[in-house]
Amino acid sequence: MFTFVPRDKVSKNWVIVGPLVSIFFTIFFGLLIFTFLGYDPLETLYQVFMSPFSRIDRISDIFVKACPLIIIGCGLMLCFRANIWNIGAEGQFIMGALLAGSFALLFPDVETKFLLLIMLVIGFIGGALWAFIPAILKTKLNVNEILVSLMLVYVAMLFIDFIVRGPLRDPMSFGFPLTKPYPEGALINKIPFPGIGFLGQLHYGILIILLLIPLSWIFINKTLGGFKITVLGSAPKASKFAGFKENSITTTVLLLSGGLAGVAGVVEVSANMGQLQPEVSFGYGFTAIIVAFLGRLNPVGIFFAGITIATVKLGADNAQMAMGIPKVVTGLFEGILLFFLLTGETLQKYQIKWNKVK
Amino acid sequence: MDALILTIIATSIPLLLAAIGELISEKSGVLNLGVEGMMLSGAVGALGAVLWLGNPYFGILAGGLSGIFMASIFSIFTINFMTNQVATGLGLTIFATGLTGLAGAPLVGKTIPSLPKIEIFLLSDIPMIGNILFKQDLIAYLSIAIIIFATYFLKYTKPGIVLRAVGDDHHSAHSIGYSVKKIRWFATCFGGMCAGIGGAYIPLVLTPHWSEGMTAGRGWIALALVVFASWIPWRIIVGALIFGGITIAQLVGQARGWPIPSQILSMMPYLATIIALTMISGRMSKNKSIVPASLGKPFVDSQ
Repeated sequence: MFTFVPRDKVSKNWVIVGPLVSIFFTIFFGLLIFTFLGYDPLETLYQVFMSPFSRIDRISDIFVKACPLIIIGCGLMLCFRANIWNIGAEGQFIMGALLAGSFALLFPDVETKFLLLIMLVIGFIGGALWAFIPAILKTKLNVNEILVSLMLVYVAMLFIDFIVRGPLRDPMSFGFPLTKPYPEGALINKIPFPGIGFLGQLHYGILIILLLIPLSWIFINKTLGGFKITVLGSAPKASKFAGFKENSITTTVLLLSGGLAGVAGVVEVSANMGQLQPEVSFGYGFTAIIVAFLGRLNPVGIFFAGITIATVKLGADNAQMAMGIPKVVTGLFEGILLFFLLTGETLQKYQIKWNKVK
Repeated sequence: MDALILTIIATSIPLLLAAIGELISEKSGVLNLGVEGMMLSGAVGALGAVLWLGNPYFGILAGGLSGIFMASIFSIFTINFMTNQVATGLGLTIFATGLTGLAGAPLVGKTIPSLPKIEIFLLSDIPMIGNILFKQDLIAYLSIAIIIFATYFLKYTKPGIVLRAVGDDHHSAHSIGYSVKKIRWFATCFGGMCAGIGGAYIPLVLTPHWSEGMTAGRGWIALALVVFASWIPWRIIVGALIFGGITIAQLVGQARGWPIPSQILSMMPYLATIIALTMISGRMSKNKSIVPASLGKPFVDSQ
């Protein structure tokens, strides 16, 4: 068998090579499972990984799909760097969308230019408040944040279902569980390209990513706050010794990640739905966990990871239509990918030493 | 009344099994967040086996094996490749959701026969309790047997004490010659088997057909139950019955038209989990020795 020996120095290239090798292995094992279950592996490979690139409007839809994943992923990055396990981003996403949406529906007359801006702020607050529950329980009573944040996902799903079917239901919706359409000022428009028109669903919401990635890069790498987060996660004893306040760091990362998930919720609903419905998220909060890891907890990495995972998601939609494969199979690829990524992290720190079999 | 109590028991059994399995695994220092995934694969494995072989008892076997299979994947990565247990467990649940969705697709719309009840001679005739306790199915009896076994195993047997030692201080256990990795592999696979059978119980007894994600968060509630029980096996019975009771109360409330929206009632098991965790955790932070000391920490045996 083999044992692990710590490496003297960590290879810089591995930071990029690791995820790429993981993706390669994932495709290999994923296709093996598909073949085993009786699907055509080449057709699956084409549908899941290539078909999203087959047309220009499909390529722009990759960005649309990646948008919420990247926004949430940037927030989760902060949590995971601090070793805080917020796995309830799905719930924070819903609460952000719900709170901001309720505001837009109840106060549709707010000056048009500001309505969307106010909604983004309210969405941030909604998500942050939902994440504040695990934060306060963790810091005051040492309650496990993994379980609390996850339980709150179920609560949030039921809550939006109740609001949309109950108090905010549009009386003119012919029995469908939908709210009234958002007022004009609450919508995020598609980007018109001169001479071409719209490219798929590409909307102005992706500008948030362009703003968020440099900002979070600066926060992580150039500010004391970002430094504290990283130290708490990688060397908790050093963090304590340096006098960093663990509780306030924990609360901060949870609030920031909850808030960003909430913002992603607002963007998703305002750009793609235009009204509230019982299901506003389609697992974005959970998928973003994989995105954060695939991106090696680094904003630039998260951008590419978001694009990659969005491709697979769209590819799975195409595969469902073309081959009748259930949509949840993306989970299969995501799970395997996560396994290999984590193994890659071990191999970055340790060398394999083979022992002679006695 | 009997019927109500029987439903509560039936609802608690998947939770009870998954939680006792996770308890053993956590006692050895392995935090496996993939319980939900292992339960799902147990459910789909059981459904497939019963549809194929016709006999519901094969469902128990298939459920257990599916759970062990999933637990082995988890073990390879966390124990041999020393990956982060929290992230790997999440990965396992995500992976299993995808895999069971794919494997379950051909099973949609098919119904299986449910697990027969076994009356225990004479005991089942005892008034009041006979009906409730001694006319159960095999898995129900099995789950109680596992709780008794776990209590005895951890407290009075040498392998049980070694397992606890590995969970409390893996370096010391390693230095006196115990194989930390082997013991953790065993404990994790036992956890997988229990979660798999717990998952199998859902199609075998509760709802006899496949739907995607049919475990509906039970795996996560089982994880919370381990904390609630503060790692003491018999307390899992109490916890599981309380959660079973809350789930059923919620259904009864909906059926009888309580003036509370059904969604708010459906939140009860999840809110109860948070409340239970909060109550227990406050007490635990005063007495840290309750939690296995090496829980969640990867063991590195660099020589």
